[in-house]
Amino acid sequence: MYTMSSKLKLFSLALIIVGAIGLIYGFIDAPSSVEDVKEMLHAEDAAHSGEVAMGSSGADEAAHADEHAEHVFHQLQNKPWAAIYVPALFIFLISLGVFVFYALQNVAQAGWSPVLFRVMEGITSYLVPGGIIVYIILLLSTLHLNHLFIWMDPEVVANDVIIQNKTAYLNTPFFLIRAAIYMIGWILFSKLIIKNSRKLDDEFSLTLHKRNFKLSAMFLVFFIVTESMMSWDWIMSIDTHWFSTLFGWFVLASILVSAVTTIALVTIYLKGKGYLEHVNNSHIHDLAKFMMGFSIFWAYLWFSQFLLIWYANIPEEVTYYVSRLEDYPVLFFGTVIMNWLLPMLILINSDFKRVNWIVIFAGIIILVGNYMNFFVLIMPGTVGESWFIGIPEISSILLISGIFIFTVFSALAKAPLTVKHSAFLEESKHFQY
Amino acid sequence: MASKVLHAIFTDDDILMQAVKALREKKYSINEVFCPFPVHGLDKALGLPGTRLAITSFLYGLVGLAVSTWMMNFIMIEDWPQNIGGKPSFSYLQNMPAFVPIMFEMTVFFAAHLMVITFYLRSKLWPFKKAENPDVRTTDDKFLMEISVNENNVQAIAEVLHENGASEIKLIDNK
Repeated sequence: MYTMSSKLKLFSLALIIVGAIGLIYGFIDAPSSVEDVKEMLHAEDAAHSGEVAMGSSGADEAAHADEHAEHVFHQLQNKPWAAIYVPALFIFLISLGVFVFYALQNVAQAGWSPVLFRVMEGITSYLVPGGIIVYIILLLSTLHLNHLFIWMDPEVVANDVIIQNKTAYLNTPFFLIRAAIYMIGWILFSKLIIKNSRKLDDEFSLTLHKRNFKLSAMFLVFFIVTESMMSWDWIMSIDTHWFSTLFGWFVLASILVSAVTTIALVTIYLKGKGYLEHVNNSHIHDLAKFMMGFSIFWAYLWFSQFLLIWYANIPEEVTYYVSRLEDYPVLFFGTVIMNWLLPMLILINSDFKRVNWIVIFAGIIILVGNYMNFFVLIMPGTVGESWFIGIPEISSILLISGIFIFTVFSALAKAPLTVKHSAFLEESKHFQY
Repeated sequence: MASKVLHAIFTDDDILMQAVKALREKKYSINEVFCPFPVHGLDKALGLPGTRLAITSFLYGLVGLAVSTWMMNFIMIEDWPQNIGGKPSFSYLQNMPAFVPIMFEMTVFFAAHLMVITFYLRSKLWPFKKAENPDVRTTDDKFLMEISVNENNVQAIAEVLHENGASEIKLIDNK
């Protein structure tokens, strides 16, 4: 049995406290009126005053400046909300991805992975707190406490024919009902499957094994539909005018690669602490293969989406990439380097996939890169050019990872770290590549 | 009697593996094993060095990437610039996304084909090549192990083979 060390507990609590303080600071620091923003912009102008010299008429300029100030004001008001929304969604989806990977193992009747089942079950436990956090943020958005989703604002919709045509799907009650259906479905499936897995510990029963197989298969069908819709609802609808038909796949790739990476990192951590005695470097090798494979899958979808929109050059589509290329060039191309190029080059060598520190190194690159990916998905539509990775963004990551670490490792302590009876347990213990 | 070899036939891959391990434990050297299908872990049990084919494949991929870059630059930018969909036709970099599928395919093409050809050359396989396996049954369902022997150890090796389940043992002149 694993027990969460007091050091780790303290560490996660420290993350939560520091993160919460930073996030509260972020909310307080956000400008509360247009006047504040005007002052701020004025100060910025003064800072590089040499460049400010325009010949246009004064009234026009003043009106334009007012409009600009209001625009920036809305962006800066959104900033702390978007800052917490990105990691909350990202880390929640990691735990969902881990559960998907676990269900895949059940359905594929995989022989290599049963010694890792408890790690996956532990990470899946974050679905409940993570789901609650994301749902609260979505609920507060529908209550107009922020403007993450412009289609929720009736004033915007009244002047926008494109959004008006979408209101049959994009309206707040239906949005909240859908979100509830996805989350309750995912959590229910995870609770049922994990409960059966714990029951299998007492005594092996073929009925339970088969039941888990069927439940996992049903979950995967439910998941692939809801995941697609979830990505439209929670991410794509931020850029309300724009749509992409492979968006669900693209988000799925990001989820899966981060999920497998998280499994690998937690496994290596536990192994380093002397637990998981049956995990050998062939298991790590397999996880690293999945990390590399899903990284390439991510790049494939990233490029597929980009190539078609770049080539067709249709105005309503390219605006999506124009805003990213103009305001987020470093992050936009950085994600390609961190999520595809570096993981591929680091993990291409078969021997490197068996070396723990190399897998950790590649894993950290992948996780940071996929956080950046979510950042580039969400930020341009919410804070636009006023983005900055500052105190609210970093504190949000700390806060959510603190909650994640605390939930996951206390869940890991609740059951033996290796399943006792699984149809393929022996094969997994002797797994050798 | 330096040029004599033992040919031992096995009927099962597990038994073969056991015999290989037993011989290697006693430090006898096995020349070659002929199998009707690849046996998992046999290369490690025989102590063969790891393959370097993957490294060549990576290098061939880089060659393919370079060739395709040069090729598309020559065809589409230098030799005959074409205006397709209003895309910039005077700069490789600005038109690069359109060439990525070609660069990818050529990378895969070079890596795959040159790797197969390298494999054939390295295994000394070419058209009209005469088969090297000493017994035709190794193409059906039998495994054959070939071990160099001399007067001093022939008896001992034969005994090890017999104990480990060889179904036939033959002593023949090495060609």
